[in-house]
Amino acid sequence: MKIHEYQAKAILAQYGVPVPRGERVQTPAEVGDVARRLGGTVVVKAQIHAGGRGKGGGVKLAKSPEEAERIAAGMFGMRLVTHQTGPEGRIVKRILVEEGLPIARELYLGLVIDRATGRPVLMASPAGGMEIEKVAAETPHLIFKAYIDPATGLLPFQARSLAFSLGLEGPAVGKAVKVMTQIVEAFMGTDASLVEINPLIVTVSGDLIALDAKMNFDDNALFRHPDVKECRDLDEEDPLEIEASKYALNYIRLDGNIGCMVNGAGLAMATMDVIKLAGGEPANFLDVGGGASADQIRNAVRILTADRNVRAVFVNIFGGILRCDILAEGLVAAVKELNVTLPIVIRMEGTNVEIGKKMLRDSGLNFTTAEAVDEAAATVVTLAGGR
Amino acid sequence: MAVLLDKSTRLLVQGLTGREGTFHAKAAAAYGTTIVGGVTPGKGGTAHEGWPVFNTMQEAVAATGANASLVFVPPAAAADTVMEAVDAGVALVVCITEGIPTLDMMRAMTFMRGKPTRLIGPNCPGLISPGKAKAGIIPGHICLEGRVGIVSRSGTLTYEAIQQTTRLGYGQTTCIGIGGDPIIGTTFVDALRLFNGDPETEAVVMIGEIGGSAEEEAADFIKREFRKPVVSFIAGQTAPPGRRMGHAGAIIAGGKGTAAEKMAALEAAGVTVVKSPAEIGAAMKTVLG
Repeated sequence: MKIHEYQAKAILAQYGVPVPRGERVQTPAEVGDVARRLGGTVVVKAQIHAGGRGKGGGVKLAKSPEEAERIAAGMFGMRLVTHQTGPEGRIVKRILVEEGLPIARELYLGLVIDRATGRPVLMASPAGGMEIEKVAAETPHLIFKAYIDPATGLLPFQARSLAFSLGLEGPAVGKAVKVMTQIVEAFMGTDASLVEINPLIVTVSGDLIALDAKMNFDDNALFRHPDVKECRDLDEEDPLEIEASKYALNYIRLDGNIGCMVNGAGLAMATMDVIKLAGGEPANFLDVGGGASADQIRNAVRILTADRNVRAVFVNIFGGILRCDILAEGLVAAVKELNVTLPIVIRMEGTNVEIGKKMLRDSGLNFTTAEAVDEAAATVVTLAGGR
Repeated sequence: MAVLLDKSTRLLVQGLTGREGTFHAKAAAAYGTTIVGGVTPGKGGTAHEGWPVFNTMQEAVAATGANASLVFVPPAAAADTVMEAVDAGVALVVCITEGIPTLDMMRAMTFMRGKPTRLIGPNCPGLISPGKAKAGIIPGHICLEGRVGIVSRSGTLTYEAIQQTTRLGYGQTTCIGIGGDPIIGTTFVDALRLFNGDPETEAVVMIGEIGGSAEEEAADFIKREFRKPVVSFIAGQTAPPGRRMGHAGAIIAGGKGTAAEKMAALEAAGVTVVKSPAEIGAAMKTVLG
C-alpha cells in the first residue's frame, strides 16, 4: 500500500526522524494562515502517489503568504502529470505546506528488502535529490549499502560507515547515525516495504532533515497496523480495482480491449502474454484464486465487463482444486444474470473438464470453447476486432 | 527415484483440523502418502479423521517419527508454525499459506540459518512425486510417474507443465512449486541442484515469472554445473512495471526483474525458452527426442 508524503512524514516523526514544520491543507483559504504560522517563506507541495512532482509543477516555493495562497489555488484540482503517473496524470486533492529551509547538501537514504539475501538493505548516497534509479545506472559507485541482520537491527558501526561514505563529518555523523537507526526502526515497526528519504538535507546550520519522504507497506501485514491502513487514499486507486478488492479478487486494469479471467497469478500473467503474442491487448489482469466460489466468479464477470473498453472476454482456467463444472455453472449463471452479450472464449483444463464444456455448450449463450491456450487467444483476438 | 518426497516420507499436517488441512490431508492420503497425524494447539489428545492430533510439533514428532510437515495455517500464525516445525527437527517443511507478512518470513529464515530443515514455499502448491507421495495441493490425477523434473513459482502454470508432460508420456519425477513470495525457502538453484543429483530426472521444466533475480541466478547455475536439458517459460512478458501481479513477489521494481532480462539470461545459459506456456510440451519433445 502507498501513502502520501505528509502521512509518511507523520509516521517517521513518531520514530524521531526530523521533518520540516508543516501542515496539510484542505482548501486554498487555509494556506495564508498556515504560511504565516510557518514564518512567511513556504513550500507548497501537491500530494499524489507518484514521484517527479517537482518537474510537473507540483512543488513550488512561495515568498509570502499571499503568494502561497495563489499557488495553492492553482494547484488544487490541477491534473499533475509526472513520469510516474502516465499521460492521464492525477488530480491534486491534497496539499502540504511546509517551512522553507536553507539547504547546504542533499543526500539520499532508502530502505527496501533485498530479495537475493532476504534482508533489509539500507542504501545511502551523496547524490540526493536525483532519481535513485538514474544514480544506480550511471554512477553506481555513489550508492553505499548496509545489509541488516533482522536479529540485531542496524548496527551503529554500519550506520557510521555509511555516514562517513556520505562525506559527513563532526556532529553531522552522529545525527546521520540517529536518522538511519530511526528509519530502520520505522521500517520494521510498521512492516514497510519501502522507506525513501530523497533528499535528506543538511541545512546551513548543520541539521539533518527529511525534506521529502516516501513509505510503502506490505499489504499482507496491514492487519496488524490499523493506523497505517487508515492512510489509504481511495482517490489514488482505480474504482474497479477497489471494487475487486472487496471480493478478494486480484484485478489490475490495463489499456487493452480483451477482458481476462484466470485462476492463479502465474497463469493470469501468462494469459496476458499469449494474448499479446496473438496480436491483441489485454484489458486487465484478473486472478480469481485457486478455489473461487460462484459468488466470486459472478463478481469477476461483473467487474471485468464494467470496463467499457472490453470487446471480448477470455476465460482461462486450469481446474485443480476448482472443478471445471463448478466454474461452468458459475459462469452461465453470471452471464445470464448480468445479461452479458460480449463474446466469451473459454479454455478449461483439469478436473471434470468434459462435463464443464458440455454445460457451456448446452447453455445457448455466446460462449466459444477452445482446447489450447494459443488457439483460444487467436480466437478472442479476432472476436475483439482483430489485430 | 524422486527428490525430497517418496514412499519413506512420514508427513504431519500442521493445521490438520481446519477445512483446507482436512481436505488436502485426505487427498494426500488417498494418493498413497503416509500421513501420521496433525498438530492443532489446543486439540492435542483428540483424533481427527482417524489421525492423532497433538498440541505441539515436539510431541507429534516424538510420537509418530514424522520426517516432514505440511503447513495449512492462516497467514498471521504461519511463520511461527514453520519455525516450530524447524525446531522439532523435521527434514522437510512445506508451507502452502499465502499472504504471510514479509518480515515474518524474514525472521523465520533467520531462525532456520544453520539448521538442517528444508522449507518449500510459502505461497506455493507444494510438491508431488508421482506414484509415491504428495505434500500440498497439486492434483494427483494429472501426474504420471516418469522422467521430467518440474520447478515453478506459479501454481496453475505448474499444472500446465504437468499436464503437457503427462500427455506426451514423459511423466514426472518430482514437481516442486517453490512459491510466489519475495522470500522463499527453496530457490530455483536449490531445486535444480536436487534434480542434478537424481539419476531418473532426465530433463527439467522451470517456470519463472517477473520480479527479483532468482531466474538469473538459476541461469548462472545452469551454465556452470547443470548437466540436463532445461525448458523454461517466464510469465509476465507483458506486465506493466511497478504493479504487483497477484503474487507478492511478481513486480518489476526500478526497471529490474523484467521477463526479457530473465529470458535472455536463460537463453544464454543454453536453456530452451518458450514464449507461450502451450509450447512447453513440444519443447520438451525437442530436447528429449
